[in-house]
Amino acid sequence: MSYNWNWGVLVSEPYLGWLISGTQWTLAIACLAWIMAFTLGSLIGIARTTPIGPLRWLGTAYVELFRNIPLLVQMFLWFFVFPEVLPRDWGRWVKRDLPMPEFTTAVLCLGFYTASRVAEQVRSGLNAVPKGLLAAGQAGGLTLPQIYRYILLPLGFRIIVPSLTSDFLAVFKNSSLALTIGVMELTAQSRQIENYTFQGFEAFTAATVIYCVITAIVVVIMTRVEARLRVPGLLGRQQGAL
Amino acid sequence: MIEARNVSKWYGRFQVLRDCSVSIARGEVIVVCGPSGSGKSTLIKCMNGLEPFQQGEIAVDGISVGDKRTNLPRLRSRIGMVFQSFELYPHMTALDNICLAPEKVLKRSRAEAEAKAMGLLDRVGLADHARKHPAQLSGGQQQRVAIARALAMDPIAMLFDEPTSALDPEMINEVLDVMVALAREGMTMVVVTHEMGFARKVARRVVFMDEGQIVEDAPTEQFFTNPGSDRAQLFLSKILHH
Ligand SMILES: Nc1ncnc2c1ncn2[C@@H]1O[C@H](COP(=O)(O)OP(=O)(O)OP(=O)(O)O)[C@@H](O)[C@H]1O
Ligand SMILES: [Mg+2]
Repeated sequence: MSYNWNWGVLVSEPYLGWLISGTQWTLAIACLAWIMAFTLGSLIGIARTTPIGPLRWLGTAYVELFRNIPLLVQMFLWFFVFPEVLPRDWGRWVKRDLPMPEFTTAVLCLGFYTASRVAEQVRSGLNAVPKGLLAAGQAGGLTLPQIYRYILLPLGFRIIVPSLTSDFLAVFKNSSLALTIGVMELTAQSRQIENYTFQGFEAFTAATVIYCVITAIVVVIMTRVEARLRVPGLLGRQQGAL
Repeated sequence: MIEARNVSKWYGRFQVLRDCSVSIARGEVIVVCGPSGSGKSTLIKCMNGLEPFQQGEIAVDGISVGDKRTNLPRLRSRIGMVFQSFELYPHMTALDNICLAPEKVLKRSRAEAEAKAMGLLDRVGLADHARKHPAQLSGGQQQRVAIARALAMDPIAMLFDEPTSALDPEMINEVLDVMVALAREGMTMVVVTHEMGFARKVARRVVFMDEGQIVEDAPTEQFFTNPGSDRAQLFLSKILHH
């Protein structure tokens, strides 16, 4: 059995257009989900470190729930089950009128899931800030919100930039699960090209290369962020130990 | 100025402070000493409400520290505190460390806070180091910045918790000199230290603690020449022979 290599398929229409469109959907899902995850996850991570019991409890419950259910299952739950358990009018709205239902569901699902991972990072970053600095802030008369704003968060986030990078990368990889509810993102488009042309190797090679390029861009951006946040004199000693 | 009456504190079932009473008048300098684990740090942390206590009363300038209705951040903003390990905010320059609380708590303008901070840095001999980060300063320099940070709030009293015991011997004097000058200007000071030279120079009284109790509270000369308790005598013979 011999395989007919034909790289030309990748640059011929409509397949090139499919790849481009798939890449755009992948970027859109991942970036929106990341913005959501970063915001929500930061709030939940902060909640888990406050002295306010109910906030801590809610934060813990959120993280345990979303982190422990497989992402694929969550995708199905949001898409197929969630509209059914809503009050009838809301459910009907979700099923009929939600704009771009597959895409929106994928973004929300990935955002909620990734937020649980971001929350864990933020919590560990905040906890890694030496307790003496908290005492110094208190002794200066700062209120707890001010201590978070000016001391704990700037230091906590610096500590977790490297691990946040890997969560950011994971969002791009995880966005491929959106194909299971019908979003025509990059992986789905590659599969479609295979179905139409039987040139699966070429299609998936292209997808692989595109994922790698995205990853490389994210790494470059995050390295820049890390460099910009670097504290003079703490070079090399910063990891974890601050 | 600072009045502690029958203060007791427990960590779980372990009693850290036993019925401690001490009173510090305006402009008075007292030194607190005693073996490791005797409760010295805990006592001064109770004075600005950094640590809660279960029994007794502490009043600072007539305001009760233990009272739940007391605005603790506001109270603390009027009392300076200097820690054994400096606790400078590592992501801020020396100047920003000093300006943070005056700007955010006292709502001074940046220009006003900065002018005051530069004056204080000059006073502790560090005017040239204003733009450095803590990691770029020696221990002695960091501790002098920390003292300037506390003074920037125009405190009515200063608490020092072993301010020189984390320092290399050659840096101890540069910090003590600043403290001696402060004492001579009439600052109310509670200083936990084993620097008996400092005590002799500026302390009106020495308070000796052991196992959570104030065992002795005597005028400085009397404490050194004729300590009233065996435990204080034993402690003195140990540290003076070093
Ligand atoms: N958070 C805590 N939980 C439980 N026990 C504590 C805590 N903090 C301090 N202790 C205990 O309380 C006692 C007094 O501690 P404290 O730090 O006040 O002593 P100290 O006189 O300042 O000693 P040192 O000279 O070593 O600084 C010690 O036995 C210590 O182990
Ligand atoms: Mg101590």
